[in-house]
Amino acid sequence: MEKKTPLYDVHLAAEGKIVPFAGYLLPIEYPTGLMKEHLAVRNACGLFDVSHMGEVLFEGPGALATLNRLMTNDFSDMAYGRCRYTALCYEDGGMVDDLIVYRLDDERFLAVVNAANKDKDVAWMADHLLDDTVMRDLSDEIAQIAVQGPLAQTILARVADEAALPSAYYTFEPHVAVAGCDCLVSRTGYTGEDGFELYCAPAEAPALWEALIGAGAEDGLVPCGLGARDTLRLEASMPLYGHEMDETVDPMEAGLAFGVKMGKPGFIGKEAIAAKGLPARTRIGIEVTGRGIVREHEPVFADGKRIGTTTSGTYCPFLKKACAMALVETGSAEIGDSLEVEVRGRKVEARVAPMPFYKRKR
Amino acid sequence: MDYPADRMYTETHEWVAVDGENATIGLTDYAQKELGDLVFVGLPEVGDELVGGEPFADVESVKAVSEVISPVDGTVVEVNEELLDNPALINESAWDAWLVRVEPASIAVETMDAPAYAESCAQ
Repeated sequence: MEKKTPLYDVHLAAEGKIVPFAGYLLPIEYPTGLMKEHLAVRNACGLFDVSHMGEVLFEGPGALATLNRLMTNDFSDMAYGRCRYTALCYEDGGMVDDLIVYRLDDERFLAVVNAANKDKDVAWMADHLLDDTVMRDLSDEIAQIAVQGPLAQTILARVADEAALPSAYYTFEPHVAVAGCDCLVSRTGYTGEDGFELYCAPAEAPALWEALIGAGAEDGLVPCGLGARDTLRLEASMPLYGHEMDETVDPMEAGLAFGVKMGKPGFIGKEAIAAKGLPARTRIGIEVTGRGIVREHEPVFADGKRIGTTTSGTYCPFLKKACAMALVETGSAEIGDSLEVEVRGRKVEARVAPMPFYKRKR
Repeated sequence: MDYPADRMYTETHEWVAVDGENATIGLTDYAQKELGDLVFVGLPEVGDELVGGEPFADVESVKAVSEVISPVDGTVVEVNEELLDNPALINESAWDAWLVRVEPASIAVETMDAPAYAESCAQ
């Protein structure tokens, strides 16, 4: 039985097309339609219910050591109010999840994990806590709303003190009053745009949502569903767990070396990753040059030889072309190389494209 | 929603307009609404043989690919090439945006008239 987010009734009232996703009932799109929702985020602003995401608090004198042991990134030098992306690995280097860690203070960290992985993550992390660390799953106590797009700050500033908002990417403010609601606000997102993610008490989420719509509708803010969330992240070449990563893929293969600190003392998966040396596979970007749309799980060929498999693919509404990502044998494809992808028995022409496919102008 | 009375409908949301031995096949307005913004259409070629109940084309929206099932047995005599460059024509006007013409064609699946189809969509 899927759970409802605190905004479920709001989505129904807005005629969102509700689907089960990661154990939750969420809108895949609203009557606006996926394409317009996607473009609203690129050109103005979009609002997303991401309350399904999991939030796990680590606290205690051992919290920092626990995170440094559990996760691939290094949190030692992290200032309060910073966010950091990291992988969570098994001993063999395969990924349990990818997540963002927020440093609240000296002994408290909030980890934001994928909804589909939350139970698995919590079980894995609970088994590997070091001493003096308490872990609490706060997922049911926190709602999350993402405000994404070039006008996100302008619109938020109408319902919050602009000076109180986090000013730098991957930072947060623990207490910001947004339309009278106490929120943790971070400058983060999953769309390739500037934007914010607001964490608040579930009971306050509907009023917050309506206030944001009221503040932004005149400038083109629209509520966006899971469909646009996926096309936006793919257009921005952001990996998604279950697609570009899973328990058989290590973070180096997934192109996440920036979040793996091999120089820090032992973390789970480090030895296996070090022993592999150069990753066997590499995540590449693919732009379709022929006719058709490439989706996930489709065979990729270079010079007639199978080199890998697509992990995600769709039509990118802003770029107006079909793009995909794939895991291929390392060294088998360079940027600009011609490829073929087999789509339902038919070979579609493509080429290796630089990532990100879309990068916003600053 | 208005369902033109000059054609028949399938439960898989194709329309078929028969004129003598010639049949024109398209997707219903209900189908295009369910699919959302279409971005790709794959069509057969002139001369291809269609078999009733079998897929003969595919249409893709951003999120999903869907097969189009032939309501008829017959040979493709004309393909709506315009759709290849502009699949959104189906969204704009599903009743005019035909996919293929087939001749000679014989209906090979169960079909409904407009009121019956309207009723099945309303359920």
